[in-house]
Amino acid sequence: MFDFISFIPRAVVQGIPLLLGSTGETLTEKSGNLNLGIPGIMYVGAISGVIGSFFYEQSGNFRPLPGILIPLGCCLLGSLLMGLLYCFLTVTLRANQNVTGLALTTFGVGFGNFFGGSLIKLSGSSLPSIILSATSNAFRTSLPAAEKAGVFGRLVLSYGFLAYVAVIIALTVAWVLNRTRVGLHLRAVGENPNTADAAGINVSKYKYIATCTGSMIAGLGGLYYVMDYASGVWANDAFGDRGWLAIALVIFTVWRPNVGVLASFLFGGLYILHMYIPSGMNLAVKELYKMLPYVVTIIVLVLSSLRNKRENQPPASLGLAYFREER
Amino acid sequence: MDNKTPAVKMRNITKTFGPVVANDKVWLDIYRGEILALLGENGSGKTTLMNMLSGIYFPDEGEISIDGKDVVIRSPKDAFDLGIGMIHQHFKLVDVLTAAENVVLGLPGKLDLKAAAKKIREICDAYGFEVDPEQKIYDMSVSQKQTVEIVKVLYRGADILILDEPTAVLTPQETDKLFAVLRNMRDDNKAIVIITHKMHEVEALSDRVAVLRHGQFIGDMPTKTTNAQEMTNMMVGHAVTLNIDRPEPVDPKPRIVVKGLTVRSIDGILKLDDVSFTANSGEILGIAGISGCGQKELLESIAGLQPVEKGSIEYIGDDGSAEQLIGKDPLAIQRMGVSLSFVPEDRLGMGLVANMDLGDNMMLRSFRSGRSVFTDRKTPRQLALDVVEELDVVTPGITTPVRRLSGGNVQKVLVGREIASAPTVLLTAYAVRGLDINSSYTIYDLINKQKKNGVAVIYVGEDLDVLLELADRILVLCGGKVSGIVPGRGAKKRDVGMMMTKLGGNAHE
Repeated sequence: MFDFISFIPRAVVQGIPLLLGSTGETLTEKSGNLNLGIPGIMYVGAISGVIGSFFYEQSGNFRPLPGILIPLGCCLLGSLLMGLLYCFLTVTLRANQNVTGLALTTFGVGFGNFFGGSLIKLSGSSLPSIILSATSNAFRTSLPAAEKAGVFGRLVLSYGFLAYVAVIIALTVAWVLNRTRVGLHLRAVGENPNTADAAGINVSKYKYIATCTGSMIAGLGGLYYVMDYASGVWANDAFGDRGWLAIALVIFTVWRPNVGVLASFLFGGLYILHMYIPSGMNLAVKELYKMLPYVVTIIVLVLSSLRNKRENQPPASLGLAYFREER
Repeated sequence: MDNKTPAVKMRNITKTFGPVVANDKVWLDIYRGEILALLGENGSGKTTLMNMLSGIYFPDEGEISIDGKDVVIRSPKDAFDLGIGMIHQHFKLVDVLTAAENVVLGLPGKLDLKAAAKKIREICDAYGFEVDPEQKIYDMSVSQKQTVEIVKVLYRGADILILDEPTAVLTPQETDKLFAVLRNMRDDNKAIVIITHKMHEVEALSDRVAVLRHGQFIGDMPTKTTNAQEMTNMMVGHAVTLNIDRPEPVDPKPRIVVKGLTVRSIDGILKLDDVSFTANSGEILGIAGISGCGQKELLESIAGLQPVEKGSIEYIGDDGSAEQLIGKDPLAIQRMGVSLSFVPEDRLGMGLVANMDLGDNMMLRSFRSGRSVFTDRKTPRQLALDVVEELDVVTPGITTPVRRLSGGNVQKVLVGREIASAPTVLLTAYAVRGLDINSSYTIYDLINKQKKNGVAVIYVGEDLDVLLELADRILVLCGGKVSGIVPGRGAKKRDVGMMMTKLGGNAHE
């Protein structure tokens, strides 16, 4: 019998970094910026948080509130800087978005590994990792009611606060995009910047704000991964390909963060499904299971292209720089 | 008119794009309660001038004042605040949004689409529009989109309206409707500027005319005191004859014989239904019809670009031998001398590559010829020079990317290339779409020259007046069926118009 009660919470904690990453990327793409730097930004978000918390833990007396706020602030700052760099290159200087994004990813991973390595040296640990258990405990604190509430408690109440924040952010972004004037303007910028400009919308401002906010949300995904999912253990390259999976999730959800909430849990489940297959099975089959999230994304891409519904297509000017006097 | 103060005063406006001077010390006055027609050849700077008024471009020099007050218009938002609204030639609408969402785009405050829809309906009732606020833009026809554009500027309370070639994509009926609305607005004491190339529209609609030539202001006068000939001369700078030549066909022989042609679109919609006709050499066969009645499919079937359900298309050679074109490769058909120049609504969509320069675009036709593995770049460059020279293309040089040229000039390049490929059959659709009057006549001359050379010309046009003057025979399409074939000489515009909207026109009643 498949153990759903233990599977679902694990799928959810797997899914939260993807949810944050894809919400950030959706917000960014809605402004017409295809930010392929998301994996790098999540990496930078994670390591910035680790750096903050490392020095705070080193300083001695640890208290939970600053223990959460310091890494959180560092993470937001680090990913904001990455977002600003991306915007400066693609919006102000109108550099190619794909090239810039890929460069940021390469840079972000290198940045993370470099400082990760430095911190490991500083800590003098014999293991190739940093363990921030105090901070992690603060991040992982769940409601006391979780343990008393039985199955419901395990499935719904057992997560650290960032998981709930992630869901709230996703739903808020969806609401802003579809129900508010700011969202309408942002969609117009991503669809047709010429039109938005002629309607008096400041295209550059919207692109900057959406992309930077998106980067910070994605950065939180990296922080959640280290502090909550990985129990405060930073090891170089452990974050893996989750950043790319977050971008795949954007396509999977057809640019809808509210769909992303459940879709990310599904992706999280698919991501760990290989651990739940009967132990007797061939190892090669296990590798096939790891492909599932990507296979599903391709299928969704094919289906949504086949149906060719205009609402399900990427923003029309995605990936293009905007210059008002270009003809 | 002398006792009124102008709503808009533009003085000494200069704007340059790199080495190109688009506007050179232009003066312009716009009055309320008046429709001003802004005339000029392609690339004479009309759109640029209006874009500066609507905040898209910022003038390098000069002053603008609104109602006697000096203003600086830095952005479209400034323009809205001053009550200036522009309806662009290329619609500025977001396809995936609804009409109401597009209308409120860029406005401050809380998003209340219900209230917006209500206000839109009020505007529609006041001026006689029909707009469904809930409808998505991509579901709309061109004329509906234009209506949304007009509603958009009215919603913002604009009382100075600028329309850039509003009729270029409309049917005659839609044009009449638009003009009625514009007259309503004029009577409502709004100031209206309309950019157009169609002289009869200028005469029918406007109260005053202003003429630009090569970025300079030439003059303005009340429409009543002038005529098409004088206006054209002012635009061009020298006298032009406004008569289209129609030489008698020399030795017409059947060249293309189409029988029972039936074409379905990918969605299974019947586009052409049992169409039969013969196109003769040395003759211009005009094709009339409301846009989207199968003109495009007809030309594409002949050029081999469109899968055909049934019917036959035969090419009759000089020696009388017949060859079936259906099922042939487009390249092979092209080699037989069948040349297609289709000018789509957005001009750049088909036939030209926006980022390539003039010479390379010429090469798109000829790159397969030549013996060595290297392409021949010399001939196309020469051709580009010839086209620039012959059709007066305004361009800094032939190494300029096509996208930097103004719309009309882009089109001259396309049509010039197709005609230069020395075809035996010339298929052309909307060859003069959006072209100014002088270039249009140049194109008509070129087509006539081909006709004299014995080329069978199939000309799809949207301007019925021109079609009646140019074509030897006119085939009228109505909903994919042949509504009738009439001789061009002596055909009445009204009759052809009736046939366009109803199979066979009045004849069968």
